Amino acid sequence: MGYLEAAGVRKTFEVEEGEPTVAVEEFTLSMAEGEFVALLGPSGCGKSTVLNIMAGFLRPSAGHVLVEGQRVTAPGSDRGVVFQEHALFPWMRVLDNVTFGPRLRGVPRRERLEMGQRFVDLVGLTGFERHWPRQLSGGMKQRVAIARALTNDPKVLLMDEPFGALDAQNRRMMQDELVKIWAATKKTCLFVTHSIEEALLLADRVVTMTARPGRIKAVHEVSLARPRDDAAPAFVTLKRELADLLQQELPEEAGRVAGAESRGKRP
Amino acid sequence: MATDTMVMVSHRAGRLGRSPWARRALSLIGVLAVWQLIVWANEAVGFMNPALLPTPAGVVRGASEQVAEGILYLDVLYSLYRVVLGFLLGAAVAVVLGCSAGSVRLIEDFLDPPLEMLRPIPPLAWLPLFIFWFGIGEPSKIYFTAFVAFFPVYVNTIEGVKFTDPLLRRAALSLGATSGQMFRLVTLQAALPQIITGLRLGFGMAFLALVATELIASNAGLGYRIMESRNYFKVDWMVFGALMIGLIGFTIGSLIRAGEARLLRWRPRDEK
Ligand SMILES: Nc1ncnc2c1ncn2[C@@H]1O[C@H](COP(=O)(O)OP(=O)(O)OP(=O)(O)O)[C@@H](O)[C@H]1O
Ligand SMILES: [Mg+2]
Repeated sequence: MGYLEAAGVRKTFEVEEGEPTVAVEEFTLSMAEGEFVALLGPSGCGKSTVLNIMAGFLRPSAGHVLVEGQRVTAPGSDRGVVFQEHALFPWMRVLDNVTFGPRLRGVPRRERLEMGQRFVDLVGLTGFERHWPRQLSGGMKQRVAIARALTNDPKVLLMDEPFGALDAQNRRMMQDELVKIWAATKKTCLFVTHSIEEALLLADRVVTMTARPGRIKAVHEVSLARPRDDAAPAFVTLKRELADLLQQELPEEAGRVAGAESRGKRP
Repeated sequence: MATDTMVMVSHRAGRLGRSPWARRALSLIGVLAVWQLIVWANEAVGFMNPALLPTPAGVVRGASEQVAEGILYLDVLYSLYRVVLGFLLGAAVAVVLGCSAGSVRLIEDFLDPPLEMLRPIPPLAWLPLFIFWFGIGEPSKIYFTAFVAFFPVYVNTIEGVKFTDPLLRRAALSLGATSGQMFRLVTLQAALPQIITGLRLGFGMAFLALVATELIASNAGLGYRIMESRNYFKVDWMVFGALMIGLIGFTIGSLIRAGEARLLRWRPRDEK
C-alpha cells in the first residue's frame, strides 16, 4: 500500500443547465513515501480537481484518497498545499506567514521562529523575514508559500502549477531550486503542471492525463539523475514521447494543425 | 545673469504652486479675506442687519468669552462624552452582529430583512421617538447616536467578513486552522480594512446625530450652545460653535485615519 493513495476517484460537477460535467474518472494512483510525482495534462483535464480532492477541498463523487492509510475527508495539516497564486496572508510579514502552521498548533514563538528561519534560508529568502508580501516579486512570494508549507512539516506536499504565473527565466530558476529543496527534505510531492519539461526536470514519475473526462493515460518513470540536463538524449527522447501523447489529447482542430508532423502516429 | 534670475523667479512661483500645504493655507486665507470684505461692504452699504452678520473678529472674541466663562470646556466634554459613548456602543453591536451575520448564513437571513427595511429611512426621522422612549436626558442622545452609527459599521463588517478570499481560507485550512482560529486569524484580519472604513463612516454619522440631538433637546453641549446663542442673537457664538464641532470631528477623524494607517501597514499602497 502506498503512502499517498487515490483509488477509483471520480468527480462530477453539477451545472445549472444540461448534463453534469465529468471532470475526473477512474483516477487511481499510489505514491511511495518521498516520491515526487508530476501530474501532466492539457488544460481543463481535471488536474486541479484531483489535487483539490487530495487536499480535501473537494469531495470525490466516487472513490477515495488515503494518506498513510487514513481516509481524506477534509483539509488538514498533513497535506501541505502550494497554490498557483501564492495565497500568502497579506497582513503577515514573511516570517509570520512561514510560521503560521506551527502557530496554529501552539508552538511557542521563539521555537517556531527558529523552525521558520530554517526554511526561509532553505528557499533563499534570508534577509527578507520582515518584508510584507506586497514587497516581494512573484517568484519570491512563491518561495514563501513553499517555505510556509514545508515549515508545517506535512506528510505530503501538493503543488498546483506553483510556477505557472512566473516568466520563463524565473520559472527555470524556481525549478532548480525546488529540486534542491526536495533533495534536502525528501517530501512526498504531487506536482501539477502542463509543462512537459517541468515534469521531466522534477519528477520521479510523470502521470499523463487524457482530456476531459480526465483519466490516467500513461505513467513514465524518469530514472535520470538530478540535477537533470534538458539536452541529454534520454531527456529529449522522453520529452518527445510525452509531447506525442499530449498531442493526441488536443481538441480536434488544434490537434490537426499543431500535430501535422506526428500525423502518422494518430490512431 | 538674466537667465539666472528668471530661473529663480519661476522656481519660487513654482514652489508655492507645487506645495499642497501652501495652496491649502492660501485657500483658507482667501476665505477669511472674502468674509472680512463682506463685513466691510455691509458696514459701508448696509445691505443687512449687522447684528445678524458674524465677523472674524467677533468669532475670535466669542471664543475667548466662552473660554473665560468656562462653558466651552464643559460643552466640549459633554459632546465628546455623548458622541464617543454612542459611537462605541453602536459600533460594538454592529461589529458583533456583522461578524455573526457575515459568517453564519442563518443569522444573516434573520437579521437582514428588518435592517434592510430600516436602512433607507433617514435616521433623523426616529429622533422624536427616541426622545419619547428615553427622555430628554443623556440616554436618548447616546442611544440615538449609537443607532445612527450602527448601520455603516454593520453593512461594511458583513461585506468584509463575507468576501474573504476563499484561497486564503483554503491555505489556512491546509495549515491546520480550526474554525475559531480561522475566524480570529484570517477572516477578521481580511475584513479589517472594510470594518475600519465602516467605523470611519459610522463616526461621521454619529457626529451628525449628536449635533441633531443637542440642537433639539439639551441643556449642554456644542449643539445646545448654538441654539442658545441663537436665542440671544449671538451670531459670533453660533459660528464659533459650528467651527468647534468641525474641529472635533476633524480631530477624531484624523485619529481614526492614523489608527487605520498603522493597523493596515500591510496593505498595498496606491500608486500615484
Ligand atoms: N466548480 C466547478 N463547477 C463546474 N465545473 C467545474 C468546476 N471546477 C472545475 N470544473 C470543470 O472540471 C474540468 C476540470 O477542471 P480543472 O480545474 O481540474 O482542470 P485543470 O486540469 O486544472 O486545468 P488547468 O490546467 O487549466 O488548470 C473543467 O472542464 C472545468 O470546467
Ligand atoms: Mg488547474
